[in-house]
Amino acid sequence: MKPFPGGIDVSNPFSIEVGSVDGYTVIRLSGYVDAYTAPDFEAAVQAEVSSGRKRLIVDCEKLSYISSAGLGVFMSFIEEVREAGGDIKICGLQPKVRHTFEILGFHEIFDIVGNETEARARFTNA
Amino acid sequence: MAAIEKRFTLEVPSSTENLAMIRDFVKRIGHQTGMDEQGVSNLELAVDEACANVIEHAYGHDISKEVIIRAVCDEQAVRISVIDMGQGFDAAAMAPESIETLIHERKSGGLGIRLIKALMDEVSYEIRPGQKNELHMIKRLKS
Repeated sequence: MKPFPGGIDVSNPFSIEVGSVDGYTVIRLSGYVDAYTAPDFEAAVQAEVSSGRKRLIVDCEKLSYISSAGLGVFMSFIEEVREAGGDIKICGLQPKVRHTFEILGFHEIFDIVGNETEARARFTNA
Repeated sequence: MAAIEKRFTLEVPSSTENLAMIRDFVKRIGHQTGMDEQGVSNLELAVDEACANVIEHAYGHDISKEVIIRAVCDEQAVRISVIDMGQGFDAAAMAPESIETLIHERKSGGLGIRLIKALMDEVSYEIRPGQKNELHMIKRLKS
Protein backbone atom coordinates (compact mmCIF):
# COMPACT_ATOMS: atom_id res chain seq x y z
CA MET A 1 0.00 0.00 0.00
CA LYS A 2 1.32 3.43 -0.90
CA PRO A 3 0.66 5.66 2.12
CA PHE A 4 -0.44 9.22 1.85
CA PRO A 5 2.59 11.40 2.63
CA GLY A 6 2.81 13.53 5.71
CA GLY A 7 0.59 11.38 7.88
CA ILE A 8 -2.60 13.02 6.67
CA ASP A 9 -5.51 10.64 6.85
CA VAL A 10 -6.87 9.73 3.47
CA SER A 11 -9.74 7.29 3.65
CA ASN A 12 -8.79 5.31 0.58
CA PRO A 13 -5.07 5.24 -0.28
CA PHE A 14 -3.67 3.35 -3.24
CA SER A 15 -3.01 -0.37 -3.38
CA ILE A 16 -2.69 -2.93 -6.13
CA GLU A 17 -3.10 -6.72 -6.12
CA VAL A 18 -2.14 -8.97 -8.98
CA GLY A 19 -3.25 -12.58 -9.28
CA SER A 20 -3.43 -15.20 -12.01
CA VAL A 21 -6.24 -17.73 -12.18
CA ASP A 22 -7.19 -20.07 -15.03
CA GLY A 23 -5.00 -18.22 -17.52
CA TYR A 24 -6.33 -14.77 -16.64
CA THR A 25 -4.38 -12.09 -14.86
CA VAL A 26 -6.53 -10.00 -12.55
CA ILE A 27 -5.15 -6.64 -11.44
CA ARG A 28 -7.20 -5.18 -8.60
CA LEU A 29 -6.83 -1.45 -8.03
CA SER A 30 -7.87 0.25 -4.80
CA GLY A 31 -7.92 3.90 -3.81
CA TYR A 32 -6.61 6.49 -6.20
CA VAL A 33 -4.49 6.26 -9.34
CA ASP A 34 -2.91 9.62 -10.07
CA ALA A 35 0.50 10.77 -11.31
CA TYR A 36 2.01 9.63 -7.98
CA THR A 37 0.63 6.09 -7.98
CA ALA A 38 0.29 5.42 -11.75
CA PRO A 39 3.96 4.28 -12.05
CA ASP A 40 3.17 1.37 -9.68
CA PHE A 41 0.17 0.43 -11.82
CA GLU A 42 2.28 0.69 -14.96
CA ALA A 43 5.02 -1.51 -13.46
CA ALA A 44 2.43 -4.16 -12.54
CA VAL A 45 0.97 -4.25 -16.06
CA GLN A 46 4.45 -4.19 -17.60
CA ALA A 47 5.52 -7.20 -15.51
CA GLU A 48 2.49 -9.20 -16.69
CA VAL A 49 2.87 -8.24 -20.35
CA SER A 50 6.62 -8.96 -20.26
CA SER A 51 5.83 -12.42 -18.87
CA GLY A 52 3.71 -13.08 -21.92
CA ARG A 53 0.34 -12.77 -20.18
CA LYS A 54 -2.17 -11.33 -22.57
CA ARG A 55 -5.56 -11.91 -20.96
CA LEU A 56 -5.66 -9.09 -18.44
CA ILE A 57 -8.61 -8.00 -16.32
CA VAL A 58 -8.31 -4.74 -14.41
CA ASP A 59 -10.83 -4.79 -11.57
CA CYS A 60 -11.68 -1.21 -10.55
CA GLU A 61 -14.39 -2.00 -8.01
CA LYS A 62 -12.39 -0.39 -5.20
CA LEU A 63 -10.91 2.36 -7.35
CA SER A 64 -12.20 5.71 -6.12
CA TYR A 65 -10.32 8.06 -8.45
CA ILE A 66 -8.30 8.01 -11.65
CA SER A 67 -6.56 10.82 -13.50
CA SER A 68 -5.04 10.88 -16.98
CA ALA A 69 -1.83 9.35 -15.60
CA GLY A 70 -3.77 6.17 -14.83
CA LEU A 71 -5.69 6.25 -18.10
CA GLY A 72 -2.37 6.58 -19.90
CA VAL A 73 -1.33 3.18 -18.52
CA PHE A 74 -4.28 1.50 -20.25
CA MET A 75 -3.38 3.35 -23.46
CA SER A 76 0.27 2.34 -23.31
CA PHE A 77 -0.40 -1.40 -23.34
CA ILE A 78 -3.65 -1.98 -25.18
CA GLU A 79 -2.22 -2.15 -28.68
CA GLU A 80 0.64 -4.46 -27.75
CA VAL A 81 -1.69 -6.81 -25.88
CA ARG A 82 -4.26 -6.87 -28.68
CA GLU A 83 -1.58 -7.46 -31.30
CA ALA A 84 -0.53 -10.51 -29.27
CA GLY A 85 -4.11 -11.81 -29.48
CA GLY A 86 -5.16 -10.75 -26.01
CA ASP A 87 -7.01 -7.85 -24.44
CA ILE A 88 -7.29 -5.69 -21.35
CA LYS A 89 -10.83 -5.89 -19.96
CA ILE A 90 -11.88 -3.27 -17.45
CA CYS A 91 -14.56 -4.04 -14.86
CA GLY A 92 -16.25 -2.68 -11.74
CA LEU A 93 -16.02 1.03 -12.53
CA GLN A 94 -17.68 3.28 -9.96
CA PRO A 95 -19.85 6.03 -11.53
CA LYS A 96 -17.35 8.81 -10.79
CA VAL A 97 -14.48 6.86 -12.32
CA ARG A 98 -16.60 5.74 -15.27
CA HIS A 99 -17.34 9.40 -15.97
CA THR A 100 -13.61 10.08 -16.39
CA PHE A 101 -13.25 7.16 -18.81
CA GLU A 102 -16.23 8.39 -20.80
CA ILE A 103 -15.07 12.00 -21.12
CA LEU A 104 -12.07 10.76 -23.08
CA GLY A 105 -14.06 8.21 -25.09
CA PHE A 106 -12.34 5.21 -23.53
CA HIS A 107 -15.64 3.31 -23.43
CA GLU A 108 -15.50 3.17 -27.24
CA ILE A 109 -11.99 1.73 -27.33
CA PHE A 110 -11.83 -0.51 -24.26
CA ASP A 111 -14.07 -3.41 -23.37
CA ILE A 112 -15.66 -2.23 -20.12
CA VAL A 113 -17.95 -4.66 -18.28
CA GLY A 114 -19.70 -4.89 -14.94
CA ASN A 115 -17.64 -7.44 -13.05
CA GLU A 116 -14.85 -9.98 -13.23
CA THR A 117 -17.16 -12.87 -14.22
CA GLU A 118 -18.42 -10.87 -17.20
CA ALA A 119 -14.85 -9.95 -18.12
CA ARG A 120 -13.83 -13.62 -18.20
CA ALA A 121 -16.87 -14.45 -20.30
CA ARG A 122 -15.85 -11.79 -22.82
CA PHE A 123 -12.53 -13.57 -23.31
CA THR A 124 -14.23 -16.94 -23.69
CA ASN A 125 -16.73 -15.61 -26.21
CA ALA A 126 -14.22 -13.56 -28.19
CA MET B 1 -24.56 44.92 -2.75
CA ALA B 2 -21.30 43.36 -3.93
CA ALA B 3 -21.13 39.56 -3.93
CA ILE B 4 -19.12 38.04 -1.11
CA GLU B 5 -15.87 36.67 -2.45
CA LYS B 6 -13.82 33.99 -0.70
CA ARG B 7 -10.16 33.48 -1.49
CA PHE B 8 -8.04 30.40 -0.77
CA THR B 9 -4.39 29.67 -1.55
CA LEU B 10 -2.35 26.47 -1.29
CA GLU B 11 1.36 26.39 -1.97
CA VAL B 12 3.04 22.99 -2.11
CA PRO B 13 6.42 21.55 -3.14
CA SER B 14 6.42 20.33 -6.73
CA SER B 15 5.98 16.59 -6.19
CA THR B 16 3.27 14.23 -7.36
CA GLU B 17 3.11 13.03 -3.73
CA ASN B 18 1.23 16.25 -3.03
CA LEU B 19 -1.51 15.74 -5.60
CA ALA B 20 -3.75 14.02 -3.01
CA MET B 21 -3.35 17.03 -0.72
CA ILE B 22 -4.19 19.38 -3.60
CA ARG B 23 -7.32 17.36 -4.43
CA ASP B 24 -8.36 17.46 -0.79
CA PHE B 25 -7.97 21.27 -0.78
CA VAL B 26 -10.04 21.59 -3.95
CA LYS B 27 -12.67 19.18 -2.69
CA ARG B 28 -13.22 21.27 0.44
CA ILE B 29 -13.58 24.43 -1.64
CA GLY B 30 -16.03 22.69 -3.95
CA HIS B 31 -18.16 21.58 -1.01
CA GLN B 32 -18.19 25.12 0.39
CA THR B 33 -19.71 26.40 -2.85
CA GLY B 34 -22.56 23.92 -2.65
CA MET B 35 -21.61 22.07 -5.84
CA ASP B 36 -23.01 18.57 -6.25
CA GLU B 37 -20.68 15.57 -5.86
CA GLN B 38 -20.01 15.20 -9.57
CA GLY B 39 -19.20 18.90 -9.82
CA VAL B 40 -16.74 18.62 -6.94
CA SER B 41 -15.17 15.54 -8.55
CA ASN B 42 -14.81 17.37 -11.85
CA LEU B 43 -13.10 20.30 -10.14
CA GLU B 44 -10.73 17.95 -8.29
CA LEU B 45 -9.76 16.18 -11.50
CA ALA B 46 -9.22 19.38 -13.50
CA VAL B 47 -6.94 20.90 -10.85
CA ASP B 48 -5.08 17.59 -10.37
CA GLU B 49 -4.38 17.48 -14.11
CA ALA B 50 -3.20 21.10 -14.18
CA CYS B 51 -0.88 20.58 -11.21
CA ALA B 52 0.47 17.25 -12.52
CA ASN B 53 1.39 19.04 -15.75
CA VAL B 54 3.27 21.70 -13.82
CA ILE B 55 5.09 19.15 -11.62
CA GLU B 56 6.09 16.91 -14.52
CA HIS B 57 6.59 19.33 -17.41
CA ALA B 58 7.10 22.88 -16.15
CA TYR B 59 9.31 21.84 -13.23
CA GLY B 60 10.54 18.41 -14.38
CA HIS B 61 9.89 16.88 -10.91
CA ASP B 62 12.14 19.45 -9.17
CA ILE B 63 10.82 19.27 -5.60
CA SER B 64 12.59 22.52 -4.64
CA LYS B 65 10.02 24.40 -6.77
CA GLU B 66 6.53 25.29 -5.68
CA VAL B 67 3.11 24.95 -7.20
CA ILE B 68 0.57 27.57 -6.19
CA ILE B 69 -3.17 26.96 -6.36
CA ARG B 70 -5.40 30.00 -5.90
CA ALA B 71 -9.15 29.80 -5.73
CA VAL B 72 -11.65 32.64 -5.71
CA CYS B 73 -15.30 31.76 -5.15
CA ASP B 74 -18.45 33.81 -5.19
CA GLU B 75 -22.08 33.01 -5.86
CA GLN B 76 -21.51 32.81 -9.60
CA ALA B 77 -18.36 30.79 -10.06
CA VAL B 78 -15.24 29.12 -8.77
CA ARG B 79 -12.10 30.54 -10.37
CA ILE B 80 -8.96 28.51 -9.91
CA SER B 81 -5.47 29.48 -11.01
CA VAL B 82 -2.50 27.12 -11.03
CA ILE B 83 0.72 29.11 -10.96
CA ASP B 84 4.32 28.08 -11.56
CA MET B 85 7.63 29.77 -12.32
CA GLY B 86 8.93 27.04 -14.62
CA GLN B 87 9.23 26.47 -18.31
CA GLY B 88 5.79 27.23 -19.66
CA PHE B 89 4.27 25.30 -22.48
CA ASP B 90 1.48 26.39 -24.74
CA ALA B 91 -1.09 23.72 -24.13
CA ALA B 92 -3.58 25.61 -26.28
CA ALA B 93 -1.33 25.03 -29.28
CA MET B 94 -1.28 21.25 -28.83
CA ALA B 95 -2.92 19.43 -31.72
CA PRO B 96 -5.97 17.54 -30.51
CA GLU B 97 -5.06 14.06 -31.73
CA SER B 98 -7.59 11.26 -31.49
CA ILE B 99 -7.26 8.72 -28.69
CA GLU B 100 -6.74 6.03 -31.35
CA THR B 101 -3.79 7.98 -32.79
CA LEU B 102 -2.27 8.47 -29.35
CA ILE B 103 -2.57 4.74 -28.63
CA HIS B 104 -1.03 3.82 -31.95
CA GLU B 105 1.86 6.21 -31.44
CA ARG B 106 2.31 5.02 -27.85
CA LYS B 107 1.70 8.51 -26.57
CA SER B 108 -0.48 9.58 -23.69
CA GLY B 109 0.44 13.27 -23.66
CA GLY B 110 -2.32 15.82 -23.90
CA LEU B 111 -4.93 13.78 -22.05
CA GLY B 112 -4.78 16.07 -19.04
CA ILE B 113 -5.42 19.22 -21.06
CA ARG B 114 -8.26 17.46 -22.85
CA LEU B 115 -9.85 16.61 -19.51
CA ILE B 116 -9.40 20.14 -18.15
CA LYS B 117 -11.12 21.65 -21.19
CA ALA B 118 -13.96 19.14 -20.97
CA LEU B 119 -14.51 19.64 -17.25
CA MET B 120 -14.25 23.42 -16.89
CA ASP B 121 -16.34 26.17 -18.47
CA GLU B 122 -13.43 28.46 -19.33
CA VAL B 123 -9.70 27.79 -19.59
CA SER B 124 -7.02 30.35 -20.38
CA TYR B 125 -3.25 30.71 -20.05
CA GLU B 126 -0.75 33.43 -19.30
CA ILE B 127 2.71 32.15 -20.19
CA ARG B 128 5.98 33.89 -19.37
CA PRO B 129 8.51 31.01 -19.43
CA GLY B 130 10.94 31.02 -16.52
CA GLN B 131 9.07 33.88 -14.86
CA LYS B 132 5.45 33.07 -14.18
CA ASN B 133 2.91 30.86 -15.90
CA GLU B 134 -0.72 30.82 -14.93
CA LEU B 135 -3.49 28.48 -15.97
CA HIS B 136 -6.88 29.97 -15.19
CA MET B 137 -9.95 27.77 -14.96
CA ILE B 138 -13.51 28.84 -14.31
CA LYS B 139 -16.43 26.67 -13.27
CA ARG B 140 -19.73 28.50 -13.18
CA LEU B 141 -22.15 27.60 -10.42
CA LYS B 142 -25.76 26.81 -11.08
CA SER B 143 -27.92 29.62 -9.80
